[in-house]
Amino acid sequence: MTMTQTAGAARSFPQGEPIIQCQGVHKWYGEFHVLKNIDLSVAKGERIVICGPSGSGKSTMIRCLNRLEEHQKGSIVVDGIELTGNLKNIELVRREVGMVFQHFNLFPHLTVLENCTLAPIWVRKKPKAEAEEMAMRYLKRVRIAEQAHKYPGQLSGGQQQRVAIARSLCMSPKVMLFDEPTSALDPEMVKEVLDVMIGLAEDGMTMLCVTHEMGFAKSVADRVIFMDRGEIVEQNTPNEFFNHPQSDRTKLFLSQILNH
Amino acid sequence: MANNVHTGNVHTGSIPDERPPANTVGPVAWLRNNLFNTWYNALLTILIAWLLFKAIPPLLDWLIFSANSFGTPPQVCRQEGGACWTFVSEKLRFVMFGTFPYDEQWRPLITIVIIIALVLASCDRRFWKPWLGLVWIAGLTAVGVLMWGGVLGLTYVENTLWGGLPLTLMLSVVGLSVAFPASVLLALGRRSQLPAIRVISVTYIELIRGVPLISLLFMASVMFPLFLPTGVNFDKLLRAQIAFIMFAAAYMAEAIRGGLQAIPKGQYEAADALGLNYWQAMGKIILPQALAISIPPLVNTFISFFKDTSLVIIIGLYDLLGTAKAALSDPAWRGFYREAYLFIGVIYWVFCFSMSKYSQKLERDLRRGHRR
Repeated sequence: MTMTQTAGAARSFPQGEPIIQCQGVHKWYGEFHVLKNIDLSVAKGERIVICGPSGSGKSTMIRCLNRLEEHQKGSIVVDGIELTGNLKNIELVRREVGMVFQHFNLFPHLTVLENCTLAPIWVRKKPKAEAEEMAMRYLKRVRIAEQAHKYPGQLSGGQQQRVAIARSLCMSPKVMLFDEPTSALDPEMVKEVLDVMIGLAEDGMTMLCVTHEMGFAKSVADRVIFMDRGEIVEQNTPNEFFNHPQSDRTKLFLSQILNH
Repeated sequence: MANNVHTGNVHTGSIPDERPPANTVGPVAWLRNNLFNTWYNALLTILIAWLLFKAIPPLLDWLIFSANSFGTPPQVCRQEGGACWTFVSEKLRFVMFGTFPYDEQWRPLITIVIIIALVLASCDRRFWKPWLGLVWIAGLTAVGVLMWGGVLGLTYVENTLWGGLPLTLMLSVVGLSVAFPASVLLALGRRSQLPAIRVISVTYIELIRGVPLISLLFMASVMFPLFLPTGVNFDKLLRAQIAFIMFAAAYMAEAIRGGLQAIPKGQYEAADALGLNYWQAMGKIILPQALAISIPPLVNTFISFFKDTSLVIIIGLYDLLGTAKAALSDPAWRGFYREAYLFIGVIYWVFCFSMSKYSQKLERDLRRGHRR
């Protein structure tokens, strides 16, 4: 099981106050061991890209960070709160952790603006006017303010995903999780979403992003994590990761996604 | 994606538009395509036309042409043949209000008006606000005062004397408006993560659904009092009402569960990820979508329960159908059952058809704009 030790330990991560700390996290779906001994520490402001072949546990791992999935062993501490069965704590963590999904998951019965103000009004107990003002600010930032009164079904995929990002930002999260945010998009819409994410990264948002966009990883990430078969196989700076991969599995993966 | 679709004028090509061939449009083409497109459809068309030709004239004759107008005495009606609409005018008040004291029958009349007004007001989505609940409580209190009396100078009327349309409306409207929230809770309970709540909900639904409504009404009226300590009397109407609520709740819960299951998992996850608690996620995200999907089966249940209130006749309550039957037992008016049941049928049909039409409108309104 020594393979679970991270190979690219040339530089120790993170360098700053951690906001997420996972120690020895394991997860099973029935008999199937999806996450194996995950140790991960994320510093405030750090931008992390997680990649790996499908079924490697990337999505499951970030979904454990806001307890959309339950881990069975080990500990996960987010923003000083340990994730256990305690519902109150889970809700507290979820307030501070935004999540963007592959399939957007906007609420189809609410307008774009209502999608963005719902959680601030009901979870943060903000007055409606204040929530709407903030929502419009974030909708402007993702360049979609003029669509505020439309329903999600009337927007393109790229527009919906930008609304989903704005919806998360309206909760003023400390961490943003992205679960393959561009995988369900038509190719011509990928860039508009990536541009928004790059903007967020530049503003110093702590981000964990599961993605196959290696260009994004190279230009934005502080750290790239490679997962395979439920383990973190290797993690390093993008430069080291792409130019000097350590493990054979990483090399194989990179050769498959880069040389086609 | 709609705004990416090019919506410009498509008739700009070099080939000018032509009319379709003459044999594919117009009434003759329509007849050929819809009524005579195959030999067996042609046969069916001819057969049905012949049946209609045979059935409609005598029906119209009985209904209208040889019908006896209001006021013709029953003896004359019997000799003349044709519908005897005097039955309806003569027995209208009895059929509508049952054995409610004759001079006080303005009270059930106002009751009908109040209940219909409440239902109509609730149909308008602009009124879907918390205060609508208060309006309902006020309205139903007024109904109670009017029907029972005993206060405000109104004479007291025992509820064994109630009957006719007010009874039908009260049983169904009160029944469905209590059963509906109960069914939402049952449906949520059936999908709960908490095993105890799930088991209770499933047991309740399966137990009640597996029993005929008639037997539930019998149990409520005959068996239930046996379990009560002597001296404690529990109103028969109330027991029937509770039986209805229990039954309707179990059925509607299953309709709503269907809607809940149709909501994609991503909606639950998005609500969770935003930090909404269970009731917020259900109330704001899941139920509004699930109930919109459940409208057709829910209205189906509403309509069938509106009509099933007529089963209370077997425990000795006289709803609309019961009073019509009772009116027919008057020796002077024996045998006019066609008029009686047609009249009752039209009343039921008007209510049920309105429900159906309203539900179609509601479905359209709720789907507008946010279709995926």
